[in-house]
Amino acid sequence: MEQVYLHFPILQVLIPLLLAPICVLVGRSTFSWLITFFGSVSSLVIAISLLHSVSDGSSISYHIGGWPPPIGIEYVVDSANAFLLVLVSGISTVVLLYARDQIKLEIDEENHTLFYTCYLLCLTGLLGVLITGDVFNVFVFLEISSLSTYVLVAQGAKRDKRALKAAFNYLIMGTVGATFFVIGVGFIYMATGTLNMFDIYERINDLESSRTVRASYAFIVIGMGLKLAMFPMHLWMPGAYTYAPTVVTTFLSATATKVSLYVLIRFTFSVFHFDFNFIEQVFKFLVMPLAIIAMFAMSFVAIFQKDIKRMLAYSSIAQIGYMLLGVSLLSSEGLTATFVNLFNHGITKATLFMSLGVLTLYSGKSFLSDVQGLGKKMPWISASFLIGGLSLVGIPGTAGFISKWLLVQATIEAGVPILALLIILSSLLAIVYIWKVIEHLYFMEPHSELASQKVSFRILIPLWILSISCLYWGFDTSLTVGTSDIAANNLFNNVIKLN
Amino acid sequence: MQHHLILKIVTKSIVGIILLFGLYVQFHGDYSPGGGFQAGVIFAAAFILYGIVMGLDKVQEVLPFWVVQKLAALGVLVYALTGVFSLFMGFNYLDYSAFSPHHPEHGQHWGILVVELGVGITVTGVIVCIYYCFASRTPHLDDGEW
Repeated sequence: MEQVYLHFPILQVLIPLLLAPICVLVGRSTFSWLITFFGSVSSLVIAISLLHSVSDGSSISYHIGGWPPPIGIEYVVDSANAFLLVLVSGISTVVLLYARDQIKLEIDEENHTLFYTCYLLCLTGLLGVLITGDVFNVFVFLEISSLSTYVLVAQGAKRDKRALKAAFNYLIMGTVGATFFVIGVGFIYMATGTLNMFDIYERINDLESSRTVRASYAFIVIGMGLKLAMFPMHLWMPGAYTYAPTVVTTFLSATATKVSLYVLIRFTFSVFHFDFNFIEQVFKFLVMPLAIIAMFAMSFVAIFQKDIKRMLAYSSIAQIGYMLLGVSLLSSEGLTATFVNLFNHGITKATLFMSLGVLTLYSGKSFLSDVQGLGKKMPWISASFLIGGLSLVGIPGTAGFISKWLLVQATIEAGVPILALLIILSSLLAIVYIWKVIEHLYFMEPHSELASQKVSFRILIPLWILSISCLYWGFDTSLTVGTSDIAANNLFNNVIKLN
Repeated sequence: MQHHLILKIVTKSIVGIILLFGLYVQFHGDYSPGGGFQAGVIFAAAFILYGIVMGLDKVQEVLPFWVVQKLAALGVLVYALTGVFSLFMGFNYLDYSAFSPHHPEHGQHWGILVVELGVGITVTGVIVCIYYCFASRTPHLDDGEW
């Protein structure tokens, strides 16, 4: 115990996992919130210290139960997952700061404890997926996070019964995705006889022509595609994001799909070899076209949405298109762009959903007409929505600009400048739908019956932390771009340096 | 007038044996077939049988819903704290050698017993909880409606 930091990789996952049953055993709303917050903050602290210790491109390995890999389960921290660990635990902490008041309005008192328990379990699952170096362990943690996510989405039922249908829809699609994924893992195990990612990487070398390996990759791509809402498999997402409680939407939009995308990247680069012929073809002929369709079609659909939450959900699917486009270039620059995009889009979407949640705190309705004229009544909150919107579009000076810029650069370096043009064109569509909200916020007369609503500081502080970080990461890119660069290089060249 | 007299008598006499068998499977799981999951299911089966035959109210007098909920959480806690104990002894998480540093084989043995106990408690809790959730959705049947 004298060297606690040696155990940080396990504590990262363990603390929220340990606090979840304590939450149930004690069962008081305020207490549950306190320990959930405590768990989230300590995860954040651990994640930051892990990121700090791997920022030179090295990696940390932790052997669960003292069994060395490939026999035992290994946790591996490198700059790629440490970066996302910080994102997930950071977003979770900020969301929790604001969750307390919102949850009181949106969920019945007797369900609060179980809500926070599920939240903790979801956090555990997401962190676990990121940190583990064992392919079956990825599945286990993915299920922990998904199952608790379904419950969290269903909690929206107090305000709108359609949340139940959305949650069920998500349950079916998510379970199909998880099943496909585990079939893929089974095939890898069949072909290589091991479950440790880095052991598989070595053994799979001469198995490129093996049909089992190809089938397993196909299953994994489809499984993860469902989880991350890759374009034609996105149908669960608008419903789930629209009807879930705002707190849940904010948290999920910034983390869950990002983590699934990370899994896809990790499998492509650290489990399989990305220069396998069939993987190149999957990305060239399947993922890239789908990503481009998503960028346009989903942005276009978003323009015609009346419900702002649904609009933002469609915009998320379009944004996932940009991230997949970055990966499908199969270049180090493309990966860097995707990692930066993961982080920046996480913050941006969280800002948008959170400010929308505060704007519609009491009514709970998020139609365009419900926010009409709120720009004058709630100037601070509307301003933060504006910042989030600008960042989503990619206006210079915001975080969104950096990620779009890197992506454009990556496409040009990959020798396909037409993609750069498409990225810019689809960004114009984002301007249209964001403008629709801005127009309703600032240029329309408010409903007369709408009384001025009091919003406490406990809500404003996390909201402004997010909005300012949207601006901050638009200027200071040393953390985001620097870390992503190291992460992408490590993944691309598959360098796992153990200290 | 008593319905299902035979069922009730048989259930009463068999429930204890099922519970005992559950404990047997639990604590011999380390060197014979069985373990926490199987034991938990068997243990829960005893309560479910009692509930089906005697009615939900009767079984919830013995094992109320809130207890089941806490049991499910308690098992996870037992499992996780076993690992934390290893951490405090200076070993890696869930390294059972911590239970007996001088005889790692014994430590591994004991560690598995404790962890399986946690699994057993959680599985009992969850299985009974699922039964309660489904059973409490239908209106109670009167004896005459059988």
